[in-house]
Amino acid sequence: MRDARVLARLLADPSRAGAVEDWTGLLSIARAESLLGSLAWRLKGIRLPDKVAQILEVARRDSETVRTQALWEAEMARRALAPLGVPVILLKGSAYVAAGLAAGVGRSIGDLDILVPRDSLDRVQAALLAAGWEWVKEDAYDDLYYRRWMHELPPLIHKERDRMIDVHHTILPLTARPTPDAAAMIADSARLGNGLGVLSPPDMIVHSAAHLFADGDLAGGLRNLWDIDRLLREFAEADAGFWPKLEERASRHGLLAAVHRAGRLAHDLYGTPVPEIWRVRDSADSLFKARLLARDGWGRATRPALRFAFYVRSHWLRMPPLMLARHLWTKARR
Amino acid sequence: MKHRLDLRIGPVSFRIGSDWRSPLDALRRLYETYPEPDPVADFTVRLEAERVWRRWLRPSVAIRGDYVLPDAAPMALAHGLLAAEMGMNLQMALGQKRFLLLHAATVEKDGRALLMTGESGAGKSTLAALLGERGWRLMGDEFALLDLADGRLHPFPRAISLKNRAIALFDGVAPDRLGPLLADTPKGTIRHLRPGAEAIARMDEPAPPALILFPRYDPGFARAIRPVGAAEVFVRLTQASTNYVALGERGFAALAGLVAAIPARAIDYADTDMAAALVEELWDQ
Amino acid sequence: MAGPAYIADPPDAVRAVELDGLTALFHRPSGMTHILAAPAPQILAALAAKAGDAEAILARIGERFEIEAEDPAAAIAARLAELEAAGLVRRA
Repeated sequence: MRDARVLARLLADPSRAGAVEDWTGLLSIARAESLLGSLAWRLKGIRLPDKVAQILEVARRDSETVRTQALWEAEMARRALAPLGVPVILLKGSAYVAAGLAAGVGRSIGDLDILVPRDSLDRVQAALLAAGWEWVKEDAYDDLYYRRWMHELPPLIHKERDRMIDVHHTILPLTARPTPDAAAMIADSARLGNGLGVLSPPDMIVHSAAHLFADGDLAGGLRNLWDIDRLLREFAEADAGFWPKLEERASRHGLLAAVHRAGRLAHDLYGTPVPEIWRVRDSADSLFKARLLARDGWGRATRPALRFAFYVRSHWLRMPPLMLARHLWTKARR
Repeated sequence: MKHRLDLRIGPVSFRIGSDWRSPLDALRRLYETYPEPDPVADFTVRLEAERVWRRWLRPSVAIRGDYVLPDAAPMALAHGLLAAEMGMNLQMALGQKRFLLLHAATVEKDGRALLMTGESGAGKSTLAALLGERGWRLMGDEFALLDLADGRLHPFPRAISLKNRAIALFDGVAPDRLGPLLADTPKGTIRHLRPGAEAIARMDEPAPPALILFPRYDPGFARAIRPVGAAEVFVRLTQASTNYVALGERGFAALAGLVAAIPARAIDYADTDMAAALVEELWDQ
Repeated sequence: MAGPAYIADPPDAVRAVELDGLTALFHRPSGMTHILAAPAPQILAALAAKAGDAEAILARIGERFEIEAEDPAAAIAARLAELEAAGLVRRA
């Protein structure tokens, strides 16, 4: 298999399962893109070769365990932070499963990501350290870099449970050019039954698109884009006025371009219904698409030059050029 | 990838790709008598050149696949067969979620299985291999596969990796069952032994466990048998499992069921004959 | 001093198996397994969906179970802190 489009097509249209020739290759691609669980749920009930059905049945069961563990991490963070009385907002996979969204079905989840007000960071840090989390990295330079310029605390890991938590105070690094309005995101967040929050539907899309196009080298991009497909369909179906709200919010956060690109690519790869007027292609779209699909039937990452270009881009996005040079110099001297 | 081999071992199928021919040639010879692989593989292993030029210049094999260990050291091409075996181990250890996986050797007699588990170097692999030549059916030497639904053990008869002095114990077997002698590997000198014909022919026959043993080996040990309490067995088995946590309640139920129903003994032995005798004695009880 | 009140999950949230004097406990909400020694399982049962502090727990379990300690309430409080860290009880 040349690239991952066979996986994207199957996720978009499970009825194509009968046409798959190389299941081994497809499953390796799904694993490499962290989409095996999502694929397994999409193909539930579809006629499949016995061996494939068995592998996917196991994958569905495994995703249930992942879900339990993710919700538990969120609950333990809630218990540690509840006495502070600050808003604690779940982000990404943990938010999707906690809110019962389609994007959470079968989703692989690693760390717990939360968003808290910037002025509460010291108290949040203290509460987490007191409740059994500890720092992952010891290095002082990384610490200074994180605190001054990043959008999150340095990573923390729980001593007993061995799971990481990322505490964000905004959704993009402070040195990146768009400056999303974190306070507005917190103000507009929705409360779950247990007191934890999730972003409003438009803000969820903005965050996901920001993560994909405004802060990263697109590794794991197919999964991120699948999140966007699931979220857009669910939100648009529930709210006829969703699209203008999304554009308004995206503009407010300075991320309209990222959200538009997310919509175009989701439409292209997953058939996501997006407004006609969005479907004006940008010349860079084909490069993004190629990068997202850069995986072969052995599960290997392909297109090294293209990946490197996006890797450089991700650093450039985060930092003004002078800072970048200085940062890379310091890192190289280690 | 340039070269490819598919293998089926019990309920698990592997697709193995390699940038070089030699590791797969060795693997093919070792697994020559195994049945047809499944058209769909459970896991993919990749033996890759670390850097493009490392394919030819001081060839160095990086072990990759569906599941990887990020900081794993590459191996010399001369040890490519070992790299392939380690690659399969890695996929099982990190990716196997259908069965509860225990680091244990399993042998079967009269339709019931004996599970031997404990620290590395306790000689379980060697013991299982020996029992396999003395009237027992070898089900596996590295991984025991516990069925979550019915508590039976499923055979997973990979080639046994004999280390250092244990290699000499099998000088008498048919030469086509032995892999090449691999010297100076990270684990010392290794030679692979293909399981006997019966083990391969019956690789699809599970068996219920009847006894759990925790063997300990030391040339200075006196022969000893000790009972092991259920709670200790439970804890030691969770430590011997790479996927217990990932299996959630099903894993808990399967392990608790095993521990509650099956007796366990710790045995100390100073040589393999003593061990085999201890096993036969306990089995008859 | 009775200390803070705690509460545990309802009985159907855990699955317990007795193993030779100890209790192997599967906690469904977390997916974690714990090996507990007395009086921890008794404390959990006393707090199952019912809040209580160290004194209240002592009263609830005192009838069927004896705590061998100079200061039983302090012993209970120590176990409670461990159970809280493990996620098996939380502040009520």
